[in-house]
Amino acid sequence: MINFSFDGKAYTAQEGDTLAAALLRNGIGLVGRSFKYHRPRGIMTAGVEEPNALVTVGEGGRAEPNTRATDVFVYEGLVARSQNRWPNLNFDLGALFSLASPMLPAGFYYKTFFGSAKRWMLYEYFIRKAAGLGNAPTQGDPDRFSHRAAFCDVLVVGAGPAGLQAAVDAAEAGKRVILVEQDNILGASLIRDPQELNAVWISATAARIRAAGGRILTRTTASGYWEHDLVTLTQRLSEPGQIPVNGVAQRLWHVRAGQVILANGSIERPMAFAHNDRPGIMLSQALRSYVRRFGVVPGKRLVIATNNDDAYKTAQALKDAGAQIVAILDARPAPAGANSGHRVYNDAVPLSTKGARHCLKSVSALVDGKEMDWDADLLAVSGGFTPVVHLHMQAGGTLDWNEDAQAFIPASSRQNVTTIGGAAEPQPIFKMVPVSKPKKSFIDFQNDVTLADVDLAWAEGYRSVEHLKRYTTLGMATDQGKLSNMAALGRLAEKQGVAIPEAGLTTFRPPYTPVTMGLIAGAGAKDAGAHVRRLALYDLHAAKNPIWQPLGYWFRPRAYPNGDETLAQAALREAKAVRNNVGMTDVSTLAKFEVSGPDAAAFLEIICATTVGKLAVGRGRYTFMLREDGFVFDDGTVWRLDENRYLLTSSTGGADRMATHISYVRQYLCPHLRVSAVNVQEHYAGIAIAGPTAKAVLATLIGEEPPRHMSTVPAVIAGVPVIILAASYSGERAFEIYVTASDAATVWTACETQVMTVGGALYGLEAMEFLRIEKGHLVVGGEVDGRMTPYDLALDKMLNKAGGYIGASGLARPALSETGRRQLVGLEAIAGDIPEGSMLIPSEGASPQGHVSAAAFRIIEGGSVALGQLVDGFSRHGEVLIASSPTRGQKARVRVVAPHFYDTAGERYRD
Amino acid sequence: MMQFTCPHCGPRAQSEFIYERTVDSVVPLDAPSQEAMAKLFTRSNPRGVDDEIWRHTYGCRAWMILTRHRVTNEISGCRAIGPEALP
Amino acid sequence: MSRYSAFSLLRGALTGHRHWQPAWRDPEPKSHYDIIIIGGGGHGLATAYYLAKVHGLKNIAVLEKGWIGGGNTGRNTTIVRSNYRLEPLHNLFEFGLKLWHGLSDELNYNVMFSPRGAMFLGHSDADMVKLAERGDAMRCDGIDADLLTRDQVAKLEPLLDMSRDARFPIQGGLIQRRGGTARHDAVAWGYARGADSLGVDIIQKCEVTGFVRDGDAVVGVETTRGRIGAGRVGICVAGHSGHVAGLAGLKLPVESQTLQAMVTEGVKPMINSVIMSQSLHCYISQSDKGGVVFGGDPDNWPSYAQRGHPMVMEGAVAQGLALVPALSRLRMVRTWSGVTDMSFDGAPIIGETPVRNLFLNGGWCYGGFKATPASGWTYAHTLATGKPHDLNAPFSLDRFERGATIDETGSGPMPNSR
Repeated sequence: MINFSFDGKAYTAQEGDTLAAALLRNGIGLVGRSFKYHRPRGIMTAGVEEPNALVTVGEGGRAEPNTRATDVFVYEGLVARSQNRWPNLNFDLGALFSLASPMLPAGFYYKTFFGSAKRWMLYEYFIRKAAGLGNAPTQGDPDRFSHRAAFCDVLVVGAGPAGLQAAVDAAEAGKRVILVEQDNILGASLIRDPQELNAVWISATAARIRAAGGRILTRTTASGYWEHDLVTLTQRLSEPGQIPVNGVAQRLWHVRAGQVILANGSIERPMAFAHNDRPGIMLSQALRSYVRRFGVVPGKRLVIATNNDDAYKTAQALKDAGAQIVAILDARPAPAGANSGHRVYNDAVPLSTKGARHCLKSVSALVDGKEMDWDADLLAVSGGFTPVVHLHMQAGGTLDWNEDAQAFIPASSRQNVTTIGGAAEPQPIFKMVPVSKPKKSFIDFQNDVTLADVDLAWAEGYRSVEHLKRYTTLGMATDQGKLSNMAALGRLAEKQGVAIPEAGLTTFRPPYTPVTMGLIAGAGAKDAGAHVRRLALYDLHAAKNPIWQPLGYWFRPRAYPNGDETLAQAALREAKAVRNNVGMTDVSTLAKFEVSGPDAAAFLEIICATTVGKLAVGRGRYTFMLREDGFVFDDGTVWRLDENRYLLTSSTGGADRMATHISYVRQYLCPHLRVSAVNVQEHYAGIAIAGPTAKAVLATLIGEEPPRHMSTVPAVIAGVPVIILAASYSGERAFEIYVTASDAATVWTACETQVMTVGGALYGLEAMEFLRIEKGHLVVGGEVDGRMTPYDLALDKMLNKAGGYIGASGLARPALSETGRRQLVGLEAIAGDIPEGSMLIPSEGASPQGHVSAAAFRIIEGGSVALGQLVDGFSRHGEVLIASSPTRGQKARVRVVAPHFYDTAGERYRD
Repeated sequence: MMQFTCPHCGPRAQSEFIYERTVDSVVPLDAPSQEAMAKLFTRSNPRGVDDEIWRHTYGCRAWMILTRHRVTNEISGCRAIGPEALP
Repeated sequence: MSRYSAFSLLRGALTGHRHWQPAWRDPEPKSHYDIIIIGGGGHGLATAYYLAKVHGLKNIAVLEKGWIGGGNTGRNTTIVRSNYRLEPLHNLFEFGLKLWHGLSDELNYNVMFSPRGAMFLGHSDADMVKLAERGDAMRCDGIDADLLTRDQVAKLEPLLDMSRDARFPIQGGLIQRRGGTARHDAVAWGYARGADSLGVDIIQKCEVTGFVRDGDAVVGVETTRGRIGAGRVGICVAGHSGHVAGLAGLKLPVESQTLQAMVTEGVKPMINSVIMSQSLHCYISQSDKGGVVFGGDPDNWPSYAQRGHPMVMEGAVAQGLALVPALSRLRMVRTWSGVTDMSFDGAPIIGETPVRNLFLNGGWCYGGFKATPASGWTYAHTLATGKPHDLNAPFSLDRFERGATIDETGSGPMPNSR
């Protein structure tokens, strides 16, 4: 005995029960309410196609709304609640929609609720509240979801008789086999028809598969068939709402299969007749499952409506279980079913049903042209069988029409997939046409789409199957048309006067059954799937508790506040230390490439838009790179370390794309060059020391005269070999020290000790930003925004006159040198602080002529300064504009000036 | 998710590779300006087979040319490029 | 055209809904039209509607290969907004947004445009500056945009993860309150019904297989339903622009890529606005039926396969769940993919081609749905007058060879880099 609850009431279930079986066992027929009209609904199927019996299972962040009661196995303590009803399931005020249903045909919402968009939103507020089914959790998920990859020779989907046989044959032939079954036990159709092959055969076959090395996954659904025979499997390790044993609720498998065998079977079709949606009306095979598999007989007086032989097995099962078979309505003419031993009516098509208090009371049918009715509390219907072709179609397969079964069956496929069993050879049926009134003849049960809605869509011109689907919402519910598509196609074909195959078919896209979002995300849900790149010197920074700044996947110290300093206070103190004395900072994330070989200079002159070849050994220079379209791509420095060996640095933010670009040029465009270009971004950590006393600090550290500005030397600090580049981003005399990342801590510590000895400071990105803005140095992602040319940035004088660099052709396009372009300018506040990102406007209400790309304060003198882009800015120095930020309610009057505010002559670099 | 046969590593999941550009978009270093811009800014973009440049970025990092059908994803060739593939 | 209203529904209720007429006719193609539009998606149908409505032209046909609205109009995430940084883009999309606000009444077809707010989240100070810059650019051009504080964001969307130690902590947002979502199919159907009632022939199952040339000019099209003459021909088949333009011997700055989206099972209201992010590549909204609609990056390689890559989807969902953890137990019920025209600066192309009388509307990347009214309006102007409207003049095809690209992300000419 297992205890569970439904809508707050305690019940018991038997081991192995689905929730649906347990509810029926407890005499509960009414389980849910439909989407649109809130009609009372019960349990219709015994599988994943269930449209009606949707409940919320579980509590808190583990609650799963819209869980099919037929697809959850009861566990101790399961808590289930009905949905989409108020105040309760039995008495649901939403059922008033049913009264208004004549006003609410398919697509009614397209024809009313006019007026302003705001007015629509008022109606919409109520529509949204009425729509939806269950409630989403409001908490995060306490459980985990995992992903796993697997490979096999043969993947078999479905463990019915055909699938089991295929799996055992392949496994015993030495193939690596994976067999998946969505149920929690093997056997599929064998479970409801045990007389054909017994449980012994199932377990013996499973044992043989395992003995031959095969893997069997139950409670696992093949939900998507992708390219090149990749199939995604969703495996439930715990039931919906259940606390997982090891914390993992579900697992997603990516299986690359050599061959896929689909043994998916088929889904029984309902029939369309009036009031065919009451609790107590079930699919015939489903009813048989409840009787045979679960030992539940959900009624006493049974009517069966069928167009095939299969339903007679259901009659036998119910008879064996002691129910009364009132009538079998067989759509086929006599003698079908004649010797079954039951009361059979041939040429009989159901018309309607009556009910009371959410139970079925009677069934009426047209028998040989005459209307008859029967009292019954259970109606089993079998309208034929729809092969499950979803995965075959997802794999890009085509379909054939099987006239005998009135069904589409798999034909060819461009992937290595075959379909076997019932899905390939569905049972023959008798083709029948609904005779009952189309209103209330439901075909999409969950979305309350009736034959009348199909007829209306047709009359209004929504005649392609896709229009029909979208206009009526048919097939858009959680069952994705598993029960409704064929009924709709049949009606459409009837209207068009064509055979069903000519009426068209909608596409089948993943997933086969709905997949939990947490499972799709896997472990990535916790961190947005984004990794963190850790600095080599991370631990040393972390010990100082800096303010961190994300930069791509990196986190870099933004400032190192003392005590309760704010970010701005700390940054200003740090920047002042650089201007007045010395500061040091971590520049490890800069892109770095070591380029070597006899053709290294030639290669660099392709990558860089400046000259490189004339550089003397031991010297470096500023450089920039263009994209193929001529816009500035990135900038950095290039250093000649040796005769045929260079170091190229570029921006942190552009590092990955620069690495790809350099690799592309080397591998694809210049395979003939004798050059090696190695990405050493993370091989070297970088430490910058800057300030008027930086030279003295470095001299102490390396025990020799530091290199002059834009020179490089190898040196040793604290016994560790380093490369010193004398380059300045801050505007002060400065050095960058590059050291193998694994030895970086030693060098950093030595440097820090020396910097602190002379009263210097560590500085972070914020201070660096102040320093570089004041100096007028560019930043990629700021001034260099991918839309600026070398002309716009006043870099054109540095262009390699000989050409030959990437981007030269793009740069020659006329619009790149026309007037009216935005050009780099400096901005000085006349009144107010300049808001970063603000727009430059000549007067209030005017359209922007540019914007502020970076703003800061003069470090020593104070006062707001900024860099920006301004239309024809070079010729507008002296002009006064407004830097306006309406979104922040800030503005400043600014004067356009040259884009550098500090040591214009560059004297502070020199010794 | 497709599966590519890297000329250096063998069959690998597509997620290890990054598509870079089509072969018809490659601008040779010595292309005259107008031709260069035509290459850069137009594509044949066929609803059929095309030659594409992919990189085994999360594997051996080598570059290769993949011949692929844009509708069916059938791959009819994959060849190495770069200095090692020079004749 | 019989007008739609609550009264017409009531009449239907009393008479068994027998009075409804087809929303559009199913005419046979005539031998000649003044203007032929290739492509019966939202943009093509809107173009036809405005040609008839604004320019008074009568002899117009829309040729559709399959069923109208069956391309990207029916395969998007239905988001409508005009919050672009660059002037030509936000001016064009804002013109469209204004049309969206009156569209249901204009068409007498409820397109369910719901201005519930389109919000970009910022996750760092740098993000917030970028958002302010975008918002300032919009505000200075008269377009609504408001910065939201962290608290305001939390109030608007209570299910967002506001924890400070999140991988991408939420610092604030930029909202365009007049942005929102619309019912995508209804846009195609509403424009179709409107255009049809003004005499436009909408011809479905009519694929263009070639162009009829007279010297350097196009004078008609070959179709699966025969040759049809035309004064002017407008291509409007985003996703397949390269293919159709190829029939006229043109090569375009366009690469076709797949963009996928997905929707969960319906749940009661939980997402109030359209949530996007400055740092993450996913966008989330909730449909009127209750499904949470999800989108992400395109599959970054050329494809006409109309099916997405599972790992791209997994990435988008991981990002979405990082923002809204309560989505974890919802179930994805349906996915779909569209083939998008990725242009080489991320902006659309609307204007003339080097072939006389042949015009092009395409290159919409993954942002075409929201532009439907503006695209139709400006393209109609261009087709009717032979000259661009002020709003689409910057979006000419020749801007690439001239170098006047409109690069919102500044990422250059490779479609897979943005």
